Amino acid sequence: MTSTAKPRSLFAKVWDAHRVRELPSGQTQLLIGTHLIHEVTSPQAFAMLRELGLPVRFPARTFATVDHIIPTDDQSRPLADDLAEAMMSELERNCRDYDIQFFGPATGAQGIVHVIGPELGLTQPGMTIACGDSHTSTHGAFGAIAFGIGTSQVRDVLASQCLAIAPLKVRRIEVTGKLQHGVYAKDVILAIIRKLGVNGGVGYAYEYAGAVIDAMSMEERMTVCNMSIEGGARCGYVNPDRTTVEYLRGRRYTPNDAAFEAKAKAWLALASDPGTVYDDVVRIDGGAIEPSITWGIHPGHNLGVSESIPTPNGVPDDERAEVEEALEYMDFAAGASIEGTPIDVAFIGSCTNGRISDLREAAKIAQTGHVKPGVRALVVPGSMAVREQAEKEGLHEIFRKAGFEWREPGCSMCLAMNPDKLRGREVCASSSNRNFKGRQGSPSGRTLLMSPAMVAAAAIAGKVVDVREIAPDAATKR
Amino acid sequence: MSQKKNDDVLVRITSIEGSACVVRGDDIDTDRIIPARFMKVVTFDDMGRHAFEDARKAAKGKHPLDDPRYSGAEILVVGNNFGCGSSREHAPQALMRFGFKAFVGGSFAEIFAGNCTSLGLPCVTLPSDQLMKLMDSVELDPAQRVRIDLEARTVTSRAGSMAAGIPDGVRMQLTEGTWDATRVLLEAGDAIERTAQGITYFQA
Repeated sequence: MTSTAKPRSLFAKVWDAHRVRELPSGQTQLLIGTHLIHEVTSPQAFAMLRELGLPVRFPARTFATVDHIIPTDDQSRPLADDLAEAMMSELERNCRDYDIQFFGPATGAQGIVHVIGPELGLTQPGMTIACGDSHTSTHGAFGAIAFGIGTSQVRDVLASQCLAIAPLKVRRIEVTGKLQHGVYAKDVILAIIRKLGVNGGVGYAYEYAGAVIDAMSMEERMTVCNMSIEGGARCGYVNPDRTTVEYLRGRRYTPNDAAFEAKAKAWLALASDPGTVYDDVVRIDGGAIEPSITWGIHPGHNLGVSESIPTPNGVPDDERAEVEEALEYMDFAAGASIEGTPIDVAFIGSCTNGRISDLREAAKIAQTGHVKPGVRALVVPGSMAVREQAEKEGLHEIFRKAGFEWREPGCSMCLAMNPDKLRGREVCASSSNRNFKGRQGSPSGRTLLMSPAMVAAAAIAGKVVDVREIAPDAATKR
Repeated sequence: MSQKKNDDVLVRITSIEGSACVVRGDDIDTDRIIPARFMKVVTFDDMGRHAFEDARKAAKGKHPLDDPRYSGAEILVVGNNFGCGSSREHAPQALMRFGFKAFVGGSFAEIFAGNCTSLGLPCVTLPSDQLMKLMDSVELDPAQRVRIDLEARTVTSRAGSMAAGIPDGVRMQLTEGTWDATRVLLEAGDAIERTAQGITYFQA
């Protein structure tokens, strides 16, 4: 940057580099660098493409995997569920017909789309990334501009490699200080959503910064960026730094050693310039964040483990009806302590918290006890590579010995499009991202979102506990 | 719906008029609009009959979508942050196939609103006091006609004519008939490849 150039955010730099043209509507025609597809939101897009008689414009820039519908027990073909088999076959056919790389189980690289993108090095700083999945914001952890799109837009990207999209404002969220031990990235993003609301991010890209984010690993940053959409922001990112560069070194789709250093230098230069003027800046004291848990029916309904469930009278007028609705659905008493809430199911996995570091933290807790009789506990690695690494480290043995089921990779019980579902009114301690009504496969099922370590602790206790107390030495110290 | 056919491709959407239905509540997510288990299909054909399925079952016939007074409604009136959560286009597809052609609400989640635009379904917003008036009016008199005029940016009902919000670009896409973006994007022609040539990772 020369001294006369106006400081720019990473968002602005990446946006400008990918701008094809301004559209008469005032939107930007934005080139999409990496397009990720999966079996649920792409088949109709390919059908539209066929109907229009259009080719895929840049087949080498689209990558596919299967994650939502894949069973996590028996993945042998044909899949036991005919509908799931039809979806997977359709994806395979589309990839074949349009010459798109498919990371299916046979490649050894299958997994949740937001786990494998980074793992393979497909996700890189400065890219624009789109996927028919709202948790595409995950990839922003690398300093990419990544957002979820609908199926018609998947068609648009296949046909033109572009999206028609209006630029976003940028809100910088600085998480200052140092996290307490036993407090994780999941707790940080839940605290952010609680503070700014589930629709506070509409119209914004979130730039996460501050000492807490700087100190995070890439996997932790992915957890934070992943849930940007739960705060209404379809895009969230972290400026690339040495942590980003070291994560990407030696990945399958990153350049070899000779070219890597030059690439790394270019990546680092993408970070928001000093002096960038943001549309908004928010500061959060990281040291004050507790292990957090949801008590209601959206991710903004969360509180620290030592807090009590809200009372309808204790919230602003415009929130009262929703708090009442949430308490009724959850069948929780207003003003009760969240700690001690009994659980029926424990789920560790998802694109939010299904990576190796998540499993390591959960395993540390798992080895302090055994799953409470009557609790069903599942560990679902985010990808085949995560599963393989975990097994190399013996984590699967720890989980099994403690009474957890060790599964094959997939989205699993996060949204229950495969056989992993809640039954009836079950309460699930879940490391996933959404506690919406019916989200985990039972129309009346109940979800308590929390960190993987908190889920493991809840599985052992059979109820919500404070991970800082159950195993003060096992919980991560910072 | 007032759709002026420009040529074979462009469908201009300038106004929508019909009876309305009210679904109250904020933060209604797309899982609630279409539960994930109904997405285990490779087409959108069956989405309409599963719109709000679990919410309707839980309401035991008392959900607005099952209320005979709202039968045939073409405009859905909703609260704040409607369509939050999953990016699934299955949600607006379900509501469209159920019969809705436009939405009036306090606010809409971004991806949901974008998906609606892609389908030619306007989402317009009203300030909360006006929205409450409209909701009350429609609930009192569901047979009345409600008109969304995108050119005048108004929602008109027996509760009066109210100034409605819609982003300029989206409004233009709908009224000019460019809401189906593929065609517009392809018009850029070689400019797409030229932009790609300037980006190093495209060359790898």
